[in-house]
Amino acid sequence: MTKEKFIYGMYNDDDLMIAGIKQLQSKGIHVRDAYSPFPIHGLEDVLGMKWTRIAIAAFIFGITGLTLAILTINYMMIMDWPLNIGGKPNFHFYQNLPAFIPIMFEFTVLCAGHGMAITYFFRNMTLPGLPARNPHPRTTDDHFAIEIAECENKKFSKEEIETMIAESGTVAVFEKERIVKFL
Amino acid sequence: MDQFTFTDKSKKIFIALILIGVATIIYGVLDSSVSSHRIWTSALINGWFFFSTAMMGTVFIAINSASQSGWIVVLKRVFEAVSMYVPIGAITLILVFIASSLHWNHIYHWMAEGITDPNSSHYDALIAHKEPYLNLPFWWGRALVILGTWVGFTYIYRRKSLKEDKEGGTKIYTGSMVTSAIFLVFFSYSSVVASWDWFMSIDAHWFSTLYGWYVFSGMWIAGMIMVFLLTHYLMGKGYLKEVNASHIHDLGKFIFGISFLWTYLFFSQFMLIWYANIPEEVTYYIPRLNDYTWSFWGMVIVNFVVPMLFLMSKTTKRNRNVLAVVSVIIFFGHWMDIYFLITPGAMKADGQIGIIEIGMLFGYLGLFLFVVFRELSKAPLVVKNHPLLEESKHHRIN
Repeated sequence: MTKEKFIYGMYNDDDLMIAGIKQLQSKGIHVRDAYSPFPIHGLEDVLGMKWTRIAIAAFIFGITGLTLAILTINYMMIMDWPLNIGGKPNFHFYQNLPAFIPIMFEFTVLCAGHGMAITYFFRNMTLPGLPARNPHPRTTDDHFAIEIAECENKKFSKEEIETMIAESGTVAVFEKERIVKFL
Repeated sequence: MDQFTFTDKSKKIFIALILIGVATIIYGVLDSSVSSHRIWTSALINGWFFFSTAMMGTVFIAINSASQSGWIVVLKRVFEAVSMYVPIGAITLILVFIASSLHWNHIYHWMAEGITDPNSSHYDALIAHKEPYLNLPFWWGRALVILGTWVGFTYIYRRKSLKEDKEGGTKIYTGSMVTSAIFLVFFSYSSVVASWDWFMSIDAHWFSTLYGWYVFSGMWIAGMIMVFLLTHYLMGKGYLKEVNASHIHDLGKFIFGISFLWTYLFFSQFMLIWYANIPEEVTYYIPRLNDYTWSFWGMVIVNFVVPMLFLMSKTTKRNRNVLAVVSVIIFFGHWMDIYFLITPGAMKADGQIGIIEIGMLFGYLGLFLFVVFRELSKAPLVVKNHPLLEESKHHRIN
């Protein structure tokens, strides 16, 4: 478990926070991350975040689910033990395809959905039981925080950064350690 | 550029399209190898296709007023312009209904003379059993009430919207919520009844409880695509500066999502009938699968696989050029969908897609676009005093 120290600025309004981030960026400070109780439209663009790749993961999980469903159905219903259900053709997969489509669809959705959720939890390390990594409990309630790493802003001293954050409309500036990596 | 001008060039193109349609009808009437039945069937297909596309304009405005959604507001005038074809579309439908009632065509088998008369040579016990519902006076009454109400509400929405431009305030906006609530309840029942009356009764022996939603989902997607294509055209001409990639993304999501709704309903109806294999139910799919195998499955693939492959990704939904190409393909796919609602029932195995069908499609398209463009030029392209206009201008999603 690796821990690192960051400087945090707390705001009590999302518009103030975005204005604050822009003000800090114009002075040449790199803002690493932001914490908010609710999604803020446009925040990721202001922070210059990369677009999520979870859609690719979802596609792979979905294809996996579809393939598994087809293979299993084909083995169970065509190869191993063909059942005569309502006189339907049961010797070829494609002849019986309409009856299998619901299962194929459901299993694709099941795999894609669960896969996406688990990937998300793993990637963000927010699996049940893990310690919270937000700097202050109130960022899940009514406050907003920005995170600045000292090592990413070598041009300024720590005091300079803290003064600049304080000037951007914060309600509090503090330094705190948080878990960066679990493994 | 707030005011759209209907240029002479586009007027000429649309009139040329209408003339193509008229020429096709004249050719069809004169050519003895073309049955008049085929022309009327085509008139019902195209009449309903463009009428339903236009009707979706009204319905979508109603949905968005009732749900108080803001993103749509900069596009509201496009929806309104599309919806203003509804009165003319209603007339094109009524023409077909009159022709059917006077036995000029044989689209509706249950209208045939003597079919409910036990002494007649072509007495049909099943249709006679359905006579309390499927008889001409009641059928006409329903048709007129439904069409009349839909046309009425279309006019109400348009008039209120133009009035709002002049007066401002929130009174019309809050009032439209009540109007929409009433209209949507009426529409959700009446659209189902309309689909029974006008399309399901073509195969009078057959029935499906899912049919109304199936027809409605097809109509929804055609309407969304038409609005998107018009928006695309207007943006290309430099109008609708307020529309940004997020609005296009939303329209794209609707086109994508409703395509899946349509597929879901199609498949739900198809699979249960295929699986149960009951004679009274499969009568609907037997002619479609035996006589039209390739075009029928082709229609399903176009309407399902094309949106799935090309609109799944976020980038294609935000790129209006890609979206436009896919939309045109799905648009014709849904024309084929309406074709298969009507033709196999009305013409049995003789249906075809030839010069008559294509020519009349162009004719109706010309008429539709002529009306829509004229309505677009009548009012400012973006509403002026809608309370949610600012929200819509700043609409932004990722």
